[in-house]
Amino acid sequence: MNTSSNTIVFENVSKFYGEVLGVNRVNLSLPTGLTSLVGPNGSGKTTLMNLMTGLVRPTQGRISVLGLTPDQPEDFFRHVGYCTQFDSFPKGVTGFEFIYQFLRLRGLNSTEASRLAGEAIERVNMREAAHRRVAGYSKGMRQRIRLAQAIAHHPTVLVLDEPLNGLDPMARAESIALFEALGKQGMHVVISSHVLHEVDKISDQVVLMSYGYVVAEGQIHGVRSEVKEHPMQILVRCPNPGRLASRLFSQDHVVEAKLNNDGKGVLVRTKDAEQFYQLLNHIVVEEDFPLEAVAPNDDDVNSVYQYLIGSGGGTV
Amino acid sequence: MSTAAVTRARKSLAEAPWQLWASQFMAILRIEIRKNLWMRRSIWIYLLAFAPTVMFGVHAVFDPSGTSLAEDTRVFAYVFQIFYLRVGIFFGCMGLFTWLFRGEVVEKSLHYYFLSPVRRQLLVVAKFVAGLIASSLVFGSSVLLCFTFAYGHFGKVGHDYVFNGPGFGQLMSYLLVTVLACLGFGSLFLALSLVFKNPILPGIAVLLWETFHAVAPPLLQKLSVSFYLTQLSPVTIPPEGLMALFTVIAEPVSPWLAIPGLICLSIAILIFACMRIRRTEISYLAD
Repeated sequence: MNTSSNTIVFENVSKFYGEVLGVNRVNLSLPTGLTSLVGPNGSGKTTLMNLMTGLVRPTQGRISVLGLTPDQPEDFFRHVGYCTQFDSFPKGVTGFEFIYQFLRLRGLNSTEASRLAGEAIERVNMREAAHRRVAGYSKGMRQRIRLAQAIAHHPTVLVLDEPLNGLDPMARAESIALFEALGKQGMHVVISSHVLHEVDKISDQVVLMSYGYVVAEGQIHGVRSEVKEHPMQILVRCPNPGRLASRLFSQDHVVEAKLNNDGKGVLVRTKDAEQFYQLLNHIVVEEDFPLEAVAPNDDDVNSVYQYLIGSGGGTV
Repeated sequence: MSTAAVTRARKSLAEAPWQLWASQFMAILRIEIRKNLWMRRSIWIYLLAFAPTVMFGVHAVFDPSGTSLAEDTRVFAYVFQIFYLRVGIFFGCMGLFTWLFRGEVVEKSLHYYFLSPVRRQLLVVAKFVAGLIASSLVFGSSVLLCFTFAYGHFGKVGHDYVFNGPGFGQLMSYLLVTVLACLGFGSLFLALSLVFKNPILPGIAVLLWETFHAVAPPLLQKLSVSFYLTQLSPVTIPPEGLMALFTVIAEPVSPWLAIPGLICLSIAILIFACMRIRRTEISYLAD
């Protein structure tokens, strides 16, 4: 299998809506696993997802999903499921009918379509409300039934635009667990979400977007280490933070060493994390210095987002 | 076409997933026919279609001996050509066929079709056929009921006229013209709905053209759907009043040319619609 047949590839893709920029010169190659698209409103996340699934056409450039394009819908949409942001449904349908009807469009017979519809409904915990009309559903239920429709045909690429919107905490946790499981099964799961701290926990890679441009992409730790202008924050938990802080002050790469509020740790800001970890190893081994925990404090999506896009990027 | 090209075309046709397309076509047909016939929005189309039925029904019940069979035949021809062709079927098809895609855009549900493994061209054809079946069913049954009321109250004379005279042939012709009207107007309105965000204004232009095409030169008259439909109607009604002064008599067209001509025109419009939908993007906000 060549590379393009198991990745989602954007090659120099631009999309303009008249004179308005959607996305510009996007070059991406998304591997399997869970990818989060992060950016403020209007940054081009939805445009990127719509381009990926053929709902809009690129003004220039080329997109392929597992080596396929939406011009081959019979093959393409067997592999791709897209849960859009549009909170709308065909009129008069029940949750079950909604999923069943669109499964029949895939050429499935009635029995098979019913089985897959039931299975998808079960996966999003909507069994009890499945035969009620969608018009009477709450926002969270509508969101879940749309998710069920997107996963019902067992796609290998699942694109989810703000899938956590409108969900209560319980449903949100269940959905996140579902996305995580799908990502671990080797699927491509592409998510855009405003709930950064939740997406952060499960993302294998992130794509940060601002004003139609991809600002950064890759695994979150890799992206964070590329942000050189903001020293890395590392929290070291230890019983004697004052002694550690005094040892660190003399180092050139340490910009700041601040005692933690609870008095049981030091928050270090360093320009060179690699060198810092070597120094810490040295202190621990040579001076028999006791440590409880060492963890990066700002290599999550939220921090990277703030550093790269910040408040100038709008609201997240 | 070279032999290699013919072989390629044959191979591509043989490899085409006909079975899948057939099952997708049927699935869309099921959804769309149900939608077209049972949606609340279709009520006005029913009212429009069955308004003459009420009129003929009232006439049959309350004034059964007030007119002659020849007079009722003429009245039916007038109602068919003036009301059904120019008002009922025209506006009914406008409402139904423009809503096939426009409605999905307004209700923000078109993307579900676009995200299915269905060729967009197949979607256009299936939606069109569903619209054609629904409109033919509604207007065809209305014509049938009117015809029954028009001749039913004459008793044995009416029965003989229909089953032993020209009546049955006329009924078949009216039903054929009804289906052809739905086909012609339907394809036109479906294509208009894919080109214009608001198909009402071009629809009015079409209405004006279809109403006054008789005053245009004979060659231009042939670009009108009504021109063929009027020619195919079994009972001729001469133009009357002010319109008669301006009417240009065009050479009659044989049914053997009119029927395939109208079908070809509709197919050409549908091919245009299929090409158009391939470039259609989902941007509900812009609509």
